[in-house]
Amino acid sequence: MRDILGIIVCNMHDDLIPQLTSNRTLGSIPFGGRYRMIDFALSNMTNSGIYDVGLVPSKNYQSLMNHVGNGQEWDMSRKNGGLSILPPYAGERGVYRGRMEALYGIREYIKASEAKNVVLSDSDVVANIDLRPVIKQHEESGADITLLYKRSEVFREKKQCAALFFDECGKLLDLYLNPELEGIQNIYLDIAIIKKPLLDELIAECASKNEHSFVHSVLMQKKGVLNIRGYLFDGWCNKLTGLRNYLDASLALLQPEVRKSLFPAERPIYTRVRDEVSAKYGENAKVSETLVTDGCHIDGEVEKSVLFRSATIEKGAKVKGCVLMHNTFVGEGAELEWVITDKNVVIPAGTHLAGSEKYPLYIPKDTVL
Amino acid sequence: MRKKMIAMLLAGGQGSRLYVLTKDLAKPAVPFGGKYRIIDFPLSNCVNSGIDTVGILTQYEPFELSEYIGNGQPWDLDRMGGGAFVLPPYQRNTGRDWYKGTANAIYQNLRFIERYDPEYVVILSGDHIYKMDYAAMLAEHEKKGAAVTVAALRVPLSEASRFGVIIADEEGYITEFEEKPKNPRSDLASMGIYIFSADKLKKYLTEDEADPESENDFGKNVLPKMLEAGEKMSVYAFEGYWKDVGTVDSLWEAHMDLLDGSDLNLYEKDWRIYSRNPVMPPHMVEEGAKIEDSMVTEGCTVGGEIEKSVLFAGVTVEKGAEVKESIIMPGAVVKSGAKVSRAIIGEKAVIEAEAKVGCSCENAKITLIGPEAVVAEKAEIEPGAIVGKEAAK
Repeated sequence: MRDILGIIVCNMHDDLIPQLTSNRTLGSIPFGGRYRMIDFALSNMTNSGIYDVGLVPSKNYQSLMNHVGNGQEWDMSRKNGGLSILPPYAGERGVYRGRMEALYGIREYIKASEAKNVVLSDSDVVANIDLRPVIKQHEESGADITLLYKRSEVFREKKQCAALFFDECGKLLDLYLNPELEGIQNIYLDIAIIKKPLLDELIAECASKNEHSFVHSVLMQKKGVLNIRGYLFDGWCNKLTGLRNYLDASLALLQPEVRKSLFPAERPIYTRVRDEVSAKYGENAKVSETLVTDGCHIDGEVEKSVLFRSATIEKGAKVKGCVLMHNTFVGEGAELEWVITDKNVVIPAGTHLAGSEKYPLYIPKDTVL
Repeated sequence: MRKKMIAMLLAGGQGSRLYVLTKDLAKPAVPFGGKYRIIDFPLSNCVNSGIDTVGILTQYEPFELSEYIGNGQPWDLDRMGGGAFVLPPYQRNTGRDWYKGTANAIYQNLRFIERYDPEYVVILSGDHIYKMDYAAMLAEHEKKGAAVTVAALRVPLSEASRFGVIIADEEGYITEFEEKPKNPRSDLASMGIYIFSADKLKKYLTEDEADPESENDFGKNVLPKMLEAGEKMSVYAFEGYWKDVGTVDSLWEAHMDLLDGSDLNLYEKDWRIYSRNPVMPPHMVEEGAKIEDSMVTEGCTVGGEIEKSVLFAGVTVEKGAEVKESIIMPGAVVKSGAKVSRAIIGEKAVIEAEAKVGCSCENAKITLIGPEAVVAEKAEIEPGAIVGKEAAK
């Protein structure tokens, strides 16, 4: 579909998980054993036939660029269009403050595209979303902007949470940020489809008024003027809101219905291929309710956890409720409970560490205990 | 710049001793080691040895293999001025022929070799599991100034009669060949890997083609001819794991060697084996599962018990199922209560609930269930049986 342009803003929510984004963008946070957050947004584009995609990082984007490369894993290495990485010009404004400002920085890229509509997405949502029916509804309803939302409770973590209200015709009536509302609401997923000429106008208008937020300056201010509609996504999805939510979402993958919704065979989640060997289980391995990635060596006990590539669990070690990222080493007899280890962490033999289910213990990248 | 060496990989093998596994599949495309196909080994060896141009000669059931190779990207063989090329027999103005023998297959593709005009050509086969640095072999070939260098492995004398045996002098020059001798006089077995100086290859292949008596085979015809003509022929003694996986038993044994890990270790980071990746999520080990001494890869769901086995991508072993000393190829399903022991289960085969395949008793024969075969509920398949897709229905 050359008439749709995808734009993914990668750093929008970095401050939510400062632990995991100290040296990477939110988009390059490892998730689900072999993926990075950006894989979900990118794969949703590919699986919906959108191959012209601009990535807009603002800082700390080396790991992201290393991961996406030329976009070939997502079938986005194309002669015309394909994946474009659009780092900001370090101009007078510096790093962008909000989505509209980020888009202002790539205005020429948007103008050059022949697309009729633009899909705006962040990289904080873990979900497998077929965008084709969304685009279809957007076009058929004549909407200026279509917002994707899910039905869930308002989250109370520091993450901004926008609850949407529609009138009986499906037009956006109101939008509340972080409302004190109880019960199930329409929560905006920060994924929107917008007519391209309109987007260009809005970018110019926001820039001239020194405004930078899509939610404040566009959705809130223009809700009476523009035809803004919603699309309910009813599959499993998680919007990252913090470290605890990261653990919860990771462990949610252990449920079969979640995996079914996230990894349907017809719409795979693509990622960079690392050519690891299969995971190897030793004679003493005892593993239950765990997601295991290639390259792991397991000879200890693991329960209700997610193991990334090349994690090693030695004999007699016990791991429960943990997310152990790439190349984590857990020595003989060590015990971990509710712990998130970043890449290349070494837990020596006999060490005992525990967080709690509601407050996981995070161990930064390259830490050797 | 003239290329130093290109590789010609003979991947036409039918692999008839793998029975149903190779009914619709060329032998080099047979799955191996959880994530690979046999051909990944010579291909990865090429790339790890610095060879960037590989001609892959196919003939038998080439479709799946061609699709698998694609543009060669998984092996880093999507290169400008080189890369991976699938070379089936083709029609030319003098007519067309199937590849008649190993030598004839290369002869028919001399024009491909000439296009790249390399100094040396390494001839490989797509039937073996091994890790080898062809650059080290080339260094020896150059040092000895040989016309051809043959890689050889020391085998127990009692087994040497299965191979082409090489008799060499103290300096490593070949003095005699014996093709599958009854009473071998040497324990040096040819591995079917040859480095030729390109001009010599061309000369002897052209002569061989002109000889109506020849079977157009490197081991039987070309190499003896070169020896007769007094060419300098050297032997390169390879030390390491090398296994022909052309039979059901040897394919099964090679997987057990892989689990043992002492001889065949794929985890070494400096000699990776590359493969085309199926894009699947990490594998899920469910509650109540038990996995011991095994290898499991992406896309698998394990609810049952796995012991000393290799599971390929996308395999499901349901709760209550038991898999022992077995190889379960991509997409196969072992349902609840089924028992699979000492068996090879082909791609997308289904073992229905409570079925029993093979026997776990020591020395029981290896059982083979073909790709897409369905073993019915509560059926018992005897050790050593071979079940194809049609037979099972």
